[in-house]
Amino acid sequence: MDTRRIVVAAVTTGLLLASCAEEQATSPGSSGDGQQQSCATNDLPLFEPGTLTVATDDPAFPPWFEGPRRDYNGGYEGDLAAEVADRLGLPLEWVTEPFNKSYAPGQKDYDFDINQISITPERDQVVDFSDGYFNNNQGILALEGTPITDATTVEDLKGYQLGTQVGTTSLNFINTVIQPEAGTKTFDTTNDAKSALDAGQIDALVTDLVTTVYLRDFEIKGSVVVGQYPTDEQFGMLFEQGNPLGECVNKALSEIKSDGTLKKLQDKWLQDYLSVPTVTDS
Amino acid sequence: MSFKDRAAAVELDDVHKSFGPIMVLNGISLAVMPHEVVCFIGASGSGKSTLLKCVNLIEGIDSGRILVGGEEITARAVDVNRIRRRIGIVFQAFNLFPHMTVLRNITLGPVEALGQSRAEALEVAGGLLERFGLADKTNEYPDRLSGGQQQRVAIVRSLAMKPDIMLLDEVTSALDPELVAEVLNVIHELAAGGMTMLIATHEMSFARDIADRVYFLDDGGIAEQGAPDQIFTAPRHPRTKQFLQRIIAAGRL
Amino acid sequence: MSTGESGRDRDPGVLEPGTPARPQAAGRGSRLFGGRAVLISTTSTIVFLVVIAVIVALAPGSSIVGERFFSGFHLRQAIFGTPGTPSVVGAFFLNVRIFMIAEVLILALALVVAVVRSIPGPAFFPLRALAVAYTDLGRGVPLILVLYMIGFGVPGLGLQFFSSRSDVTYGIVALVLVYSAYVTEVYRAGIDSVHDSQVAAARALGLSRYKTMRFVVLPQAIRRVIPPLLNDFIGLQKDTALVSVLGSVEAARAAQIYGASQFNYASYVVAAVLFIAMTIPLARFTDHLIERDRRRRHVGAVT
Repeated sequence: MDTRRIVVAAVTTGLLLASCAEEQATSPGSSGDGQQQSCATNDLPLFEPGTLTVATDDPAFPPWFEGPRRDYNGGYEGDLAAEVADRLGLPLEWVTEPFNKSYAPGQKDYDFDINQISITPERDQVVDFSDGYFNNNQGILALEGTPITDATTVEDLKGYQLGTQVGTTSLNFINTVIQPEAGTKTFDTTNDAKSALDAGQIDALVTDLVTTVYLRDFEIKGSVVVGQYPTDEQFGMLFEQGNPLGECVNKALSEIKSDGTLKKLQDKWLQDYLSVPTVTDS
Repeated sequence: MSFKDRAAAVELDDVHKSFGPIMVLNGISLAVMPHEVVCFIGASGSGKSTLLKCVNLIEGIDSGRILVGGEEITARAVDVNRIRRRIGIVFQAFNLFPHMTVLRNITLGPVEALGQSRAEALEVAGGLLERFGLADKTNEYPDRLSGGQQQRVAIVRSLAMKPDIMLLDEVTSALDPELVAEVLNVIHELAAGGMTMLIATHEMSFARDIADRVYFLDDGGIAEQGAPDQIFTAPRHPRTKQFLQRIIAAGRL
Repeated sequence: MSTGESGRDRDPGVLEPGTPARPQAAGRGSRLFGGRAVLISTTSTIVFLVVIAVIVALAPGSSIVGERFFSGFHLRQAIFGTPGTPSVVGAFFLNVRIFMIAEVLILALALVVAVVRSIPGPAFFPLRALAVAYTDLGRGVPLILVLYMIGFGVPGLGLQFFSSRSDVTYGIVALVLVYSAYVTEVYRAGIDSVHDSQVAAARALGLSRYKTMRFVVLPQAIRRVIPPLLNDFIGLQKDTALVSVLGSVEAARAAQIYGASQFNYASYVVAAVLFIAMTIPLARFTDHLIERDRRRRHVGAVT
């Protein structure tokens, strides 16, 4: 009878699908604990053997990156990644990863991502971070001659329209620390937020301090840094969760710190960007 | 031949009209006097419908002149809408407005084209509907009416505009035979009331009864014209004879 | 129908308009509603649901899926908002507002363009050409580009009135410009579908072209295209989410903000449910109108 055949077909299909799902569950890569990872060049667990594949966003702003797209030859993060690759004994290959995709859980198509990504507990649950390599403060950028430039405290900022990129610690900072009355405008990229500031659609843009100063000096004519807000945030290199390469990168990073290379890089690239008045809480 | 009698209700002066390569009206000249009822007979494609549509400017002509009430309506700067308000036309396919009630179908023209008040228009419409036995359909939509009723509403719609002339284009051709009579009766009434009418029709006995003059159109031209008795009993032109023979053979006369 | 078909001789068994359907017609339908049919459809539905449930329960990782998409805790947080993240439900009111305003403007602008496009005569050629150009551009440029151009470009021009509107205003303008280009074609199809004989009858009464359009053509045209019109509006309801690129936080963006901060996708589920809740009534209403129109047109006829 027709009904019986339908039932049989349906159940069979169901079992087949269930068994397929079963197979997909075994995930690649180990869970991280267990054996110590050997950091000899030939033993490194790489996305692509023989190369260190590093990701960042596009466009990549100075002073974090300098040089042709995906072939960076300078910048704080550009140089830092090159140092790490050097210490690991590998050539470096750049790929693009949009900021908002980077810290989302799941498989990564690169070894690590370096893109002014702040280490947060929530993100740490779904991805892995290297040790911090830079202390990030929030920066607030506005157009000169606008009333918001007189603000010196968080309270002062409450009445303005602030904007930032979605998914950033800047957004969290605005919503939890400043708590502006008019809510916050969010944009897909810092670039869009920049356009909005330029167009007068927002009173101020909030992003990491260094980028804020760079925008003032090089990108948005007639803009003013209202101030910086200190935080404990550290930028870290981002790895797929459980990627054992993280240990080796941390080893390299601690060498870079202890032999003074990191300080040299900071002095070279970031010195001009850090002297900005501080916005206080009240 | 051009008629110098300026009292003509409708006058066609050497009118030519073609659709692409086909010459549908090939030098038509005629005059219809006020209160006259004129019937056009002829085979399909002979130009009867086109002729009527040219008189109310639905179709344009290629050359010649058409005059209505002495005014040349085919001249350049003529206000087409004004002319059309004076000429009523009823189509084979009724063409009632399906999204309006019978009443609204009838009052639309008077209110929007003639500028009458709704009250005036309602009064006229009510009277006409009553007169033609359609009062009970006043608030119905056209799709609830029979073909004969719809066509009578179409006639009333034209009459509500108080036209000087009525053009009737094969108005019974789309009707079931038993519904034809009620429409023909209405037309008889209009004729009795002195309405000037140009009628294109296949209904030969009707044409014979009602017409003051009959024109037989063949191949875009007037093959023969005359009093109905003469045309139907003693046609002179061979084409007329041929045509009538076919009609009689088909049992339609 | 008013075109004379109802007067014609028809096949025996076909009814005059206005008379109720005879029992034979009902007999044809009973195959769809009889007891056996109900049994089969119920059984197959139950079997289908059971199979789905089995698959979902058996699939490993289903607990993760449950946690990531359907966790009660996160659903609540997404619905009501937290100190750092806006409420998805609250943000949805922005979508509704944008949709309401845009819809009215689109219906109006598209109608104007469609009517302009149909004005005959050589003197009006420039207007008609403009209408065609607008339709081509509006349908040719992706909505997201139009949003950027208007939302970031216009304020950047520094023009007195135009450059200082809110980003929501710009978003609505972009939506209206793009959607009207599609909707105007729908109107045009409707206008074209009104038979020439209707225009002839109206003009024969001495009605001007404008009055013919207004009283005879447009009422019929619009009635006919209500289903495709409403279809476009279902699309519009969802495209309101795109306005978020200009900064304002609507439901999809609010869901993204929550997801980016908590790494839980329950917020997306909440947003999706809200959008579905908005579009389903419109979809059913469209179905109802189609059905009602079909019944009206086929009054008495056996379909």
